[in-house]
Amino acid sequence: MITIRGRAVVPGTAEGEALVSREPISGWGGIDPARGVIIEPRHELFGRCFTGKILVFPSAKGSSGWSGFFQSTRLLGTAPIGMVFARVSTKSALGAVVTRVPAITGLDADPCEVIKTGDWVRIDADRGVVEVRPVPPP
Amino acid sequence: MGLTDEEKGMLDGAEGPAVAAAMDLLVRYGQALDCERLCDVRNVAGTMTQPSPVKARLVSEGGWNRAFAVINLDCDDDLEIPDMRVPTCQLQHGFGADAAGIVPYPAGNIALQTDAEAFYGRRGVSILATCTPYQVGNIPVRGEHCAWMESSAVIYANSVLGARTNCEGGASTGAASLTGKIPCWGNHLDQGRHGTHLIDVRVPVNDFEEWGMLGYFAGGVAGEERPVITGDLGRPDLAELKHFGAAAATSGGVEMYHIPGITPEAPTLEAAFGPAAVPGATGYGPAERRAVYEALNSQGSREDVDFVLLGCPHASVEQIRRAARALDGRRLSPGTELWLMVPRALKDVADRSGYTEVIERAGGRVLGDSCPAMSRAAPAGTRVFATDSAKQAHYLPAILGIEAWFGTLDECVDAAVTGRWRGELK
Repeated sequence: MITIRGRAVVPGTAEGEALVSREPISGWGGIDPARGVIIEPRHELFGRCFTGKILVFPSAKGSSGWSGFFQSTRLLGTAPIGMVFARVSTKSALGAVVTRVPAITGLDADPCEVIKTGDWVRIDADRGVVEVRPVPPP
Repeated sequence: MGLTDEEKGMLDGAEGPAVAAAMDLLVRYGQALDCERLCDVRNVAGTMTQPSPVKARLVSEGGWNRAFAVINLDCDDDLEIPDMRVPTCQLQHGFGADAAGIVPYPAGNIALQTDAEAFYGRRGVSILATCTPYQVGNIPVRGEHCAWMESSAVIYANSVLGARTNCEGGASTGAASLTGKIPCWGNHLDQGRHGTHLIDVRVPVNDFEEWGMLGYFAGGVAGEERPVITGDLGRPDLAELKHFGAAAATSGGVEMYHIPGITPEAPTLEAAFGPAAVPGATGYGPAERRAVYEALNSQGSREDVDFVLLGCPHASVEQIRRAARALDGRRLSPGTELWLMVPRALKDVADRSGYTEVIERAGGRVLGDSCPAMSRAAPAGTRVFATDSAKQAHYLPAILGIEAWFGTLDECVDAAVTGRWRGELK
């Protein structure tokens, strides 16, 4: 078990499988809210679904539609269940708020290095703690 | 986060439940940013009227009051939406009734948006319907605190006009419109506006295409931070800085840049970096320029072009005139369409000046309000499109699943006339 610490963006707790991006994520033009899938062609997670996952990423990029598109995932039932991001911006902060999922930033280690896709992650945003149970190597 | 007595009153319902919900969202948002206080704004550019499947459902459940509450205030309560407290405008949205029969776009969306315009117009939302409010009369003054959406408008307002706005979203602009408040964070603070990266331009950058490519490069270098651009630069005009900023906000998340001697908060190179030392430069030379061009042109292999898209961000009057001049006396290939996206207010100018007639005589279209990316609409059967916009070349392949070519206005017009892409990096 690995523990990293940061601060709450949105309070609450969530637990589930991680989907990790080393590249920033676009909202508008980057995801399809109807399917909960990354659609930016040259993105490392192209075609991957974040629904029901803890989405781990460095930062939000691109259009100001970021928050609105993630809000749509909530309203369409395709949202991630939590967010962990390295760098906060207005897009990711507002996006996490209107997605209404627990979210943490400002961590004492780079979450995109520490956490791997498939790892089991528990976010306790109220305490500012992310617990990571790495998936065993195959 | 600390609130003034006025703000606490709003939160406690002194000005009604909708304003209380707006303040509640601003408090949650401010805490998410770890922000200390709010600041006053009286210039909001947001989006309320743009049709979407989610919005259509909410309107059918509870009218526009419900749609605004959920989408623009993140509130599930039944609210009556009052008049906007501060000047508020609608940015670009879907296509209007005049696009019916030209753009393959659902009639239901046009009807929904028309209904929305009536609802929000009555509450004081000015329907500018453009991604470039600064081209049609909303020009904030230097130092003015604003709450704007639209990444290309945000970067223009901060960098070229010296106004202060973060890249807001639908909910924060909705809350700002009813309160006149926004978190005082990031670009609202002096220390959030100084340069962070230096880019030294070593190839001549002096036309619309070159400024767009440089912007795309700058966004890749600076990410969400603030590039300072020096070197072999021509003196840019509005359209070139509009293209530069839109591209930098697309490849990265740039909301503010400086060009010493050009943009208002950088009288000198040193001033652009504030109290910090000027850092070492990243070069933009022939190799970097070619890499940007190839990245923007890596999303196409077929050279037969079905569709040419100009006016992203929405064209200036001068750009409309240039497009008209390039199309004058020519005729589009039968298999190719050309759309020029403009602010509706400038379409009126183009009509009166005869530019629209010249473009339409060639077979092109001048369209207001929207764009293919916003409305997810291109001519039926489009497989390959060409554009002079780095931003549109970046986004449209993802949004519509089509191939893209990026080049100059003349190359795009050539593609529209011949149906073939023959662009190359000169």
